[in-house]
Amino acid sequence: MIEMLIRFLVGGAVVSLFALIGDLLKPKSFAGLFGAAPSIALATLGLTVVTKGASYGAVEARSMMAGALAFFFYASFASWVMMRHNFKALAVTLGAMPLWFAVAFGLWKLGMRL
Amino acid sequence: MRIGIDTSALALSKWQQYSIRFLFGGAITVVAGLVANEFGPEVGGLFLAFPAIFPASATLIEKNEKEKKEEKGLSGAVRGRQAAAVDAAGSTMGSVGLLVFALLVWQLIPHHNAWIVLPGAMVVWLVVAVLIWEIRQRPRESRRTIERNASRGQIVGK
Repeated sequence: MIEMLIRFLVGGAVVSLFALIGDLLKPKSFAGLFGAAPSIALATLGLTVVTKGASYGAVEARSMMAGALAFFFYASFASWVMMRHNFKALAVTLGAMPLWFAVAFGLWKLGMRL
Repeated sequence: MRIGIDTSALALSKWQQYSIRFLFGGAITVVAGLVANEFGPEVGGLFLAFPAIFPASATLIEKNEKEKKEEKGLSGAVRGRQAAAVDAAGSTMGSVGLLVFALLVWQLIPHHNAWIVLPGAMVVWLVVAVLIWEIRQRPRESRRTIERNASRGQIVGK
C-alpha cells in the first residue's frame, strides 16, 4: 500500500513537471515533445529496480518499446484528425485511445511469438 | 522558428488543470505497477509509454489558444484545435525518443548502475527528440526563405 502511495506521488509529480515544462515552451510543436517524455517510466523504473531488481526493470523496458511505438501511431493519428477535421481535442484524444491499446498489445503479442 | 519560453499559458491555466494532470500521472503510475504485479512485467511495461495526460494536455492547449483568440474578438475554435494538433505532432517526434529511451534501458540496466542508466537514457531521449524536431523544421524554414526571397524579387521587379 505504501509502495503504491509512493508510486502515485512520484508519478504525479514527475508527469506534472514535464507537463509544466511543455506549457512554458514555444513553439507548440517543440513543446509537444514533452508530451512524450518518459515521465511514467522514470517514476516507475527507479522504484521497480529498488524493489524488484534490474532484470525485472529490463523486461518492463523491453515491453515499453511496444508502448512507445503505439504512442507514435496514436499521436500521429490524433494530430492528423485534429488538423483536418472539426472534432474537439478531447473527443479525438480519448476516441483514439483504442488505437494505442491495439498497437501496444498487438506488438506485444507479436514480440511474444518471436 | 526559435525556441523560447511563453508564460502566458500559466496565466490562463487554473490549478485544477494541473491537479488533473497530477492525478492522471499518479494514477497511471500506480496502474502500471498493479498490472505488472498481476500480469507480469511484460504487460506492465507497455503502460510505461501510455499517453496518460495526452487528452488533458490537448484539451488545455485547445482551450487556452481559443481564449487567446476570443480575447481579440475573433473565433478561436479552429486555432485552438490546430494548436492541439501541432502539439500532438511534437509528441509524435518525442515518442521516437521514447522508443530509444526504452531500448537503452532494456539493454543497459541489467549490467550498469540504474541511477546512471536512467538519467543517461533521459538525456538521450531529449537529444533524439530535439534532433528529429530540428530535422523536421529545416524544410519548412528553407521553404519560408525561398517564399520570402521570391516575394522580395517580385516587389523589386515591380
